[in-house]
Amino acid sequence: MFARASAVVFLPQCGQVRSMATLKDITIRLKAVKNIQKITKSMKMVAAAKYARAEKSLKPARVYGTGALSLYEKADIKAPEDKNKHLLIGVSSDRGLCGAIHSSVAKAIKSEIAKLAGAGKEVMVVNIGDKLRGLLYRTHGNHILINCKEVGRKPPTFTDASIIATELLDSGYEFDQGTIIYNRFKSVISYKTDEKPVYSMDTVANSENMGVYDDIDADVLRNYQEFALVNIIYYGLKESATSEQSARMTAMDSASKNASEMIDKLTLTFNRTRQAVITKELIEIISGAAAL
Amino acid sequence: MMAARILLRRAAPALRQVRFYAEAASASPQMSFTFASPNEVFFKEASVRQVDVPTLTGAFGILPAHVPTLQVLRPGVVTVFSEDGSSAKYFVSSGSVTVNADSSVQLLAEEAVPLESLDLATAKANLEKAQSELVGASDEVSRAEVQISIEANEAIVKALE
Repeated sequence: MFARASAVVFLPQCGQVRSMATLKDITIRLKAVKNIQKITKSMKMVAAAKYARAEKSLKPARVYGTGALSLYEKADIKAPEDKNKHLLIGVSSDRGLCGAIHSSVAKAIKSEIAKLAGAGKEVMVVNIGDKLRGLLYRTHGNHILINCKEVGRKPPTFTDASIIATELLDSGYEFDQGTIIYNRFKSVISYKTDEKPVYSMDTVANSENMGVYDDIDADVLRNYQEFALVNIIYYGLKESATSEQSARMTAMDSASKNASEMIDKLTLTFNRTRQAVITKELIEIISGAAAL
Repeated sequence: MMAARILLRRAAPALRQVRFYAEAASASPQMSFTFASPNEVFFKEASVRQVDVPTLTGAFGILPAHVPTLQVLRPGVVTVFSEDGSSAKYFVSSGSVTVNADSSVQLLAEEAVPLESLDLATAKANLEKAQSELVGASDEVSRAEVQISIEANEAIVKALE
């Protein structure tokens, strides 16, 4: 029985023998790569158009966002260290093929969760964008509070930000301190994953410098804080959208370039193969004629 | 003589407790005025003379070295008086205004348009439509929406007349 088994096992294991790629194989591959190049080139043009529009609307959004954050900077509001409930808002989008946009935000969120959970604090995450959910739900699924879909198809508006903020406030998670993690747009070829703080009403009300501000009652402060939350989310959405379009533009551009390179190489191989086939046929004919 | 000097010395601290008037606001603080909506920036760190804002607690004017405050806006007209005396009016729907200690003012409006671009007839028609909807509105949310619409349209009509 063992002899038979070992006889069966002893099959000649040829290593990888590459037969000469036929003309047909190369033609098929060449056609496929040319199609891919067309697609990536058109995706790059679409991303370029969307980027131009996003960048134009980013300018007022930046003034708006920095205006909204200036209170916290000028009044030097800092969250007390011993607070336990944290909130992370991660801004990305639904679509891929844009380089490291989603993974950089996910990486920042993961390291923040590790740091805060290690210090014993409670952390919940708001995902804006389906890609972020996909990156986080397997390992940190129990930290996810809200998921937002249909992000990135159209340019973000103030209404979108207010819907997200309303969901967050209605969820009932009374966070003490929060951070919004987004991709700040630096230039066409570069962006940076950045964080901005989000303060809860209690933190702002109890901060020492708030006494400077005159005539504030709880109602006004609550309205002000809710509006500020929407503003910060809007600012993060706008910056991330612009970064995403510029990253997609560069990614598709390099994909088109790579595809062009492959086309050149394949064309050369094709011509060489074609000449080799013709030579072979000629040799056969000549040797056949010589044999007569 | 020594006694007089001691008396003087003892009197001096008493003199120091005399109350002085508050120091006049130093001449320098220029108001750094930023007025923006999510889609448009009207003023960015501009230096203006006065800004009148409509807030939930009433309308007030902000001059340089105004006491720091935070307020929430109501639908109404914002008037900006610039350095050369000219004034510009804008209609804002809602938003917030922040006056900081360093005399910078951030006016963030959810929607803001120059008053000239609003049409009185359309505003009146909208107001009447909203008032008639109020009768039909049944649940809390739609009542609130209709009342917001009425308030905004009333403010527009008042501003344009």
